[in-house]
Amino acid sequence: MSKKILMSGNVAMGEGAIQAGCFFYAGYPITPQNELIAYMAKQMPEAGRIFIQAESELAAINMVFGAAAAGARAMTSSSSPGMSLKQEGISYIAGAELPAVIINVMRGGPGLGNISPAQSDYFQATRSGGHGDYHSIVLAPSSAQEAYDLMYVAFDLADRYRNPVIILSDGMLGQMMEPVQLSDKNNLKTENRKQKTKKWALTGCEDRAPNIIRSLYLKEGALERLNLVLQKKYNLIKNKEQRFEGMFLDDAKIILVAYGTMARIAKSVVVKLRSKGKKAGLIRPITLWPFPDEAFKSRHSAVKSYLVTEMSYGQMLEDVRLTVNGSRKVEFLGRAGGSIPTEEEIIKKVKSLMFKV
Amino acid sequence: MVLRKIYGHPKSLRNVSTHYCAGCGHGIAHRLIAEVVDELDIRERTVAIAPVGCAVLAYDYWDFDCSEAAHGRALAVATGIKQVRPQNIVFTYQGDGDLAAIGTNETIHTANRGENLTVVFINNAVYGMTGGQMAPTTLLGQRTATTPKGREARLQGYPLKISELLAQLPAVKYIERVSLHSPQEVVKAKRAIKEAFKNQINNEGFSLVEILSPCPTYWQMSPSKALDWIREAMIKEFPLGRIK
Ligand SMILES: Cc1ncc(C[n+]2csc(CCOP(=O)(O)OP(=O)(O)O)c2C)c(N)n1
Repeated sequence: MSKKILMSGNVAMGEGAIQAGCFFYAGYPITPQNELIAYMAKQMPEAGRIFIQAESELAAINMVFGAAAAGARAMTSSSSPGMSLKQEGISYIAGAELPAVIINVMRGGPGLGNISPAQSDYFQATRSGGHGDYHSIVLAPSSAQEAYDLMYVAFDLADRYRNPVIILSDGMLGQMMEPVQLSDKNNLKTENRKQKTKKWALTGCEDRAPNIIRSLYLKEGALERLNLVLQKKYNLIKNKEQRFEGMFLDDAKIILVAYGTMARIAKSVVVKLRSKGKKAGLIRPITLWPFPDEAFKSRHSAVKSYLVTEMSYGQMLEDVRLTVNGSRKVEFLGRAGGSIPTEEEIIKKVKSLMFKV
Repeated sequence: MVLRKIYGHPKSLRNVSTHYCAGCGHGIAHRLIAEVVDELDIRERTVAIAPVGCAVLAYDYWDFDCSEAAHGRALAVATGIKQVRPQNIVFTYQGDGDLAAIGTNETIHTANRGENLTVVFINNAVYGMTGGQMAPTTLLGQRTATTPKGREARLQGYPLKISELLAQLPAVKYIERVSLHSPQEVVKAKRAIKEAFKNQINNEGFSLVEILSPCPTYWQMSPSKALDWIREAMIKEFPLGRIK
């Protein structure tokens, strides 16, 4: 029987990863994700898996590269400054087409910033982040439960597409305690079996030609060919893997767009506005890349404007603008550096916009 | 009369020509590793990690499983592979820039954890791949693209003896410095490489072989002068023999 227990988002992601068959974890301490590395340090060895406290985020992501190359489900986690260090490694993982899961429990920036929650790494996660034309799949949970559930999704997507998957969380989600319904599904056994089906993995060349894991292509045209293969994969992901949650979209005049922690506040704003008869709705992207443009299709014919709210100065805003492409007004409300737009601020903004429309 | 084959092409080395310059030591080191892998009969469970450096294409030459690694991160990648698959024999092959400059942190900590890995460290006293710049191992007075007047202790510090540094770490099992400047030394180099692989097979922990290796191109010498320079200059700074 599955249990419901109280846990922080950080612990929920650690437990979700273990249940999803994560066999290798390497990380380096940084607030606000420290509960996660501590949880993995205790639980991974108990589950017969590998835990390593790496000497840096560079080492951690490259250990994950190695573990993934050897066919294991592998993960690392960090927070914003550490994620900056991991970018070269993520680019190599994308170029070598390895499956890996990377968690970013975002904090305020730039620089050392602070340890308060923020959403200022959206660009880094959804644009390439590191060098080269690549994409990580980016998943954004907005509760401990969803963070737990998305770990299964993350490892499956990473394996299916042989691609890095980033879980973009934040310090609020990471540290808040919430009840989580644990799943009965423990993936490790099936994953161990699947490991054998990773024909490309480095296992030693017994009974086959040697395998090579590489992202270097020097011969004329070869790197362009790799890039075209990647682009084809990204298009497939864009078509098949968009996820979002919609609320009151059918008759909404104004639609709030928010993800993660910000979406929880936006959701409660929308509920309050509805109780006063105001036609507000919500789009909550769950995949940030691919950005869920399906959520914005013209079927919401009543909508006059979108209001994007973020714990940043307007990063997802650009994707909403690109998606809406001038057909509706796109407004913005955001604060960062550890500050979070309040319900009152959002309601005030919505009211000023609703008078205009 | 009994005919005995005493020399042949190693199975672990593909029969292709390499991209290395005339007189470069990389090709010899590749071959020594291939011979050792064959002799220990571990080809089918060996996984190599090629560096970013002149040997970046080593996987085109060895005939067993190989991975690339970002510049300096070979030992992090090796750690990931070996931890997941302890039954495999995992080694890194790294230049002095890769191992002792950009990757020093990974080098020290992998050694300090005592990972059961084998490291072949090519010390050619320059950065070959990027055009002959100063390496941490560049000798005092040695001219490179970035020390046009010769390396000066006051400005660039001293040649870094990473092997001696690593020998201080309790988890390190074996370190030996060898050279490729004469046939006798090449034989000794092979013996050291074999030892380093055997240690891993016997689960004895971190082993590293530093190989002084000629780079005639960026030393701006003929191949034979380059061998003399190892004998006359490099060995004074980097004495040969077992360090741990
Ligand atoms: C992050 C990063 N920085 C710099 C480089 C450029 N680079 C490639 S190889 C190399 C140095 C290689 O020297 P060494 O490790 O001594 O090997 P060698 O070429 O001499 O065999 C440098 C600086 C790179 N590829 N990646």
